[in-house]
This record gives sequence, structure tokens and C-alpha cells, in this order.
Amino acid sequence: MTRLLPLALLVVLALLPLGLKDPYLLNALITTGIFTIGAMSLNLLLGYTGQLSLGHIAFFGIGAYVSALTSLGFDVGLPFGLRVTHEGWPPAAGFLLAVLISGLCGYVVGRLSFRVRGAYFVIVTISFAEVVRLVALNWIELTQGPLALTSIPFMTLGLPGLGEMTFKTKIQNYYLVLAVATLSYLLIARLVGSRFGRAMRGLKENEPLALSVGVDATRTLTIAATVSAAMAGAAGSLYAHYIRIIDPDVFLFSYTVTMVIMVVAGGKGTLIGPVIGGLIFGLLPVALRPVMAPEAQWIVYGATLIVILFVMPRGIAPALAALGLPKRAPAAPKPEPARASS
Amino acid sequence: MDQLLQHLVNALVLGGTYALLGIGLTLIFGIMNVVNFTHGALYTVGAYAMYIAAVGLGMNFFVALPVAVVAGLALGALIEFTLLRPLRGADIDTTMLVMIGAGIVLQSGALWTFGGVAKAVPSPFPDAPLQILGASVSWLRIFVFLAALTLIVSAYALINGTRLGRAMRATFQDHDTAALMGVNVSLIYTATFALGSSLAAAAGALLGPVYVVFPQMGDLAAVKAFAIVILGGLGSITGATIGGFALALAEEFGAGYVSSGYRDAMGFLIIIAVLLVKPTGLFARAERIG
Repeated sequence: MTRLLPLALLVVLALLPLGLKDPYLLNALITTGIFTIGAMSLNLLLGYTGQLSLGHIAFFGIGAYVSALTSLGFDVGLPFGLRVTHEGWPPAAGFLLAVLISGLCGYVVGRLSFRVRGAYFVIVTISFAEVVRLVALNWIELTQGPLALTSIPFMTLGLPGLGEMTFKTKIQNYYLVLAVATLSYLLIARLVGSRFGRAMRGLKENEPLALSVGVDATRTLTIAATVSAAMAGAAGSLYAHYIRIIDPDVFLFSYTVTMVIMVVAGGKGTLIGPVIGGLIFGLLPVALRPVMAPEAQWIVYGATLIVILFVMPRGIAPALAALGLPKRAPAAPKPEPARASS
Repeated sequence: MDQLLQHLVNALVLGGTYALLGIGLTLIFGIMNVVNFTHGALYTVGAYAMYIAAVGLGMNFFVALPVAVVAGLALGALIEFTLLRPLRGADIDTTMLVMIGAGIVLQSGALWTFGGVAKAVPSPFPDAPLQILGASVSWLRIFVFLAALTLIVSAYALINGTRLGRAMRATFQDHDTAALMGVNVSLIYTATFALGSSLAAAAGALLGPVYVVFPQMGDLAAVKAFAIVILGGLGSITGATIGGFALALAEEFGAGYVSSGYRDAMGFLIIIAVLLVKPTGLFARAERIG
């Protein structure tokens, strides 16, 4: 079942646009998909290593800005009379740079904060997001500040056999997002199933034990943070080339909270959890929009987070799995068999 | 020189309220091991309570202030009783996420009730500022500084000089032993959270009249409170007091001599610097956590 469910979901999502012509719903699905990629990347950290990144939107926003600036070009004066002029590159190069630079930022934040455990990583990530937001707001020569970067080009890709393809329509963007989301899912599945994945979970369940069998805690956590940030940067790049306008509000804390809710509600530390949570909480505003004001929606969001933590502390996906398999109801999380690695 | 003095005076006024925020947060973290993400929302609630009491109900400014502090105290006790008490023994992440949820509800509630337009609380003091050695300070700011100082000293007296404070310190050191010695630990937790919340509300009620009151005011305040607590070391009250004044100095001089756009970035740069140099904070009593 755990193998069939994601596959069935993928088939449904791939066929959905054939019957769905409403542009508003399609738009909601695309942004939901982009934030679901963000949620999956957050899950790699929060779910598998147990480290909560509350500045995750920073990596997403950096990806969006890097990709937008790479494809738009810029001309910026630096101290000591230096000047950097950059002509626009193809958006695909922006995407790659977004992944690289976001990943690099994740590495630096990880190196800095994993020297100590506990609440520090949480606070450093929040601070990092705030600093980046302030830079985006104040470095007007580069980012246009509150005036926003506009007319960001559509994503174009040179596909083998298809030639150059520009992702202009909603349908095209939908499949692009779906493709990147599927790749991210497979990458995370691969990573989690590997020796590295066992090291991550070992650290989460019992750090001293993991250390005693030779897991390098700081290195493992830093790699997880790097991969997670790079993936969030990819999502940000997709967002920039789809929405085509980026302002410093992309760094708002409420977006991070949205991703955290998606992961926690769906089921942290499960592969399908963030996808389920992402779909539910990404589309919830669509369902609530006719009924209540946006402020009231956020009250519902917050209250839902509290209720889920009280009723299903491990999230929807594990709760469903427990329903489907009553015999093997997962009790307390099993510690990994502590086995000296060969 | 006048400039320097002016910045120093501004920093002192701001530092008092920052210290209040930091002490509240560090108390709750130190004693309960809860990262309180409602702290910013409680700061906002304090400011709005001040607004309702002073403008909505037409109370005297000096009556409205204690009313706002008591509102924070009551709301803190309510949050502890309904949300944290059932989660006793849950891991730190779960309580943190529940607190995030509660913070969202409180902040969105403020936005829903009062709208996004900023509100002003009128000052009861004469408009003409006081001139000291070339620096000018409004009477309202002097009052805010003195009130914050009074609250800080009261918090110290409560923690170091009363039976309740002794029970709180005992719980901080070892809650199992404290419970064995007859301390009602559950009650201490509620009292701690309520006290910390009332200090955050007091900071909001004091700064609301200085600036304006709006629903998102707590966001930045919360992050600054985290910066103060990291600077002072998690769980250290003296550290939070010094941290509050240090952050205010860094912001004031950073804004004055570096760039006013990056004023609010100072706190985060401090966090990063502290983690590089002395990760446990400058005045930590407890060794590293987690």
C-alpha cells in the first residue's frame, strides 16, 4: 500500500488537468504544488533529523530572487568602486544557480547552528530569514526593494527531442511543477532509504547511541540542511518564473508556518505525509474563501494545527496507515537496530 | 557628542522594554523548557489591551497600564492551563508547534477584530520634550523607562525574595526534586507562564503608546526577544536584562552610524556572532541544552 498510494496519487494528479479547465483552481494547484515541494524539503530536516527550520522560506525566497536576477540581469555597485554587471541568462541557468546558492546558504546556516543542539537551530533559521528579508528590502539597487522584481521571464527548457520549450500556460507550468515535485519525492525517498538516511534517523531517535556507532552528527545534519535548502531553492525558482513578480514579502514568516503545518499535519518523517498535508492545506484556502475572510482563515489554520497535534500527534498519513493496518498499528517509534556499520 | 548622548538615552528607554520581553521568555524557557512562540502575540495583546482600556473604555492612562498587564497575566494562565498542561512530557517540538498555532490564532484574531490599520494610544504627558545635556527625551519615554525598570526590579524581587520565587528557582534546578520537596510543580508552571506573559504584555502596553499598535507588531518583538535570550544565555534572568540593553544599544548605534534600514537586523547579527564565539550565551548559568 505504501508503494501504491504515491503512484495512484501521481496518476490522478497527472490526469487532473484533462478534466479541469477552471484557471483559478489550476492556479491554486500550481502554487500548492510549489509549496508542497517546499514542505517536502522541510520534512527532510524536521521529519527525518528532528531539526525544525523556522526560516525555511529564506531558502525558498533566495531561490526565487537568484533565479529572477540571473534571468533578468542586474547592474550593482559594490564598495571600493567595484561594479558588477550581469546580462540576463536563460531561466534554466537561473534554476540551477538557485539550487546551488540556496544549498550553499543551507550549508552555512547548518555549520553555524549545529554546533549546539536544542532551540538554537530554530532561532538561527528565523534570524537568517529576517536578515535576508531586510537585505531584499534595503538593497534596492539589486532587488528593487518593495518595488519588486517584475517581468521575470517564463521558464524555458531545452528538452531533448522537443527543442526549446517555454512554459507559458498554466497547464505547462502544472506539469513542470508536477515533474519537479516527483523528482524531489524520488530523491528524498532514495536519500532516506540509504545509509545516510539511517544515520539521520539514528540521530533523531538517540543521538548518543548514533554517535557511539560512528555517525558524524554535525556532518550528517549539515548535509541534510544543504539538500533541504537546495530543494526549497528549486521550489522558489519555479515560483519566480510562474508568478513572475517577486517582492520581499516572499520572506514572510507566515509562509514558513504554512510549510510547517503541511509537514506536521501530513505526517513528519513519512514520505507521503508532506504531499497529503500540502494538498490539504494548499487547497484549504480555496475551500474556505467563499465562507470566510482571510484573517478568519488564518485562525482556522492555527486552530487546525493545535487540534492535529492534540488528536493525531504524528500526522494524518501515519494515522491513516494505522487505520489501514490494524494488526501492525505502529506503537512507540521503534529505535533503529543499533548495529555497528560494516 | 550630542548625537552620542541622544542615542544612548534612546537605547536606555528601548532597552528597558526589551529586557522585559527577554526576561519573560527566558523564565518560561528556563523553568518549563517551552520555546514560547506566543510571546510576540502576548506583546501585541498587551498593546491592544492598553488601547481598549485607554481609548475604548476611556480609562486613565495609569489605570489602563495595570489592566493591560493583568490581561496578559490572565491570558498566559489560560494558555498554560488549556494548551501546555495536557502536553506535559511531550517533546519540545510539539509544544513549540502548539505555541506557533496559538500565536497565529491570537495574531489573526487581533487582525480580524481590529483590522490592519494602526491604532494610536494618546500620551498623558506634555508634548514638549525634556532637555538633558543637549539630548531631548519625551516625558512619555522617561515614564516608559521608569515603569520598565520598576517591573524588572519587581520580577527580581519576586524570584529572589518570595516563597513562590524560591519554588520557581527550585523547579528550574530540578523539577523532580522540587516536586518531592512538596512544591506544586504544575502550579509553578502556570505561575511562570502567566508571569512571563504579563511581562511581555507590559512591554507591549508600554511601547504601544510610544509607537503605534498594529496586529503584526509582535512578530519582530518575538524575534528580538529570542535574540536577547540567546545573547544572555537561555534561562538566565540577569543575562536577559543585560541582553535587552545590549540589543537596544546595538540597534540604536547601528541605526545611527551604519544604516537605519538595517536597524532590525542588528539582533540577528548579534545572534550569529554569539553562536560563533560563545554558543551558550554570554551569561549562561545552565550548560548547553538538548
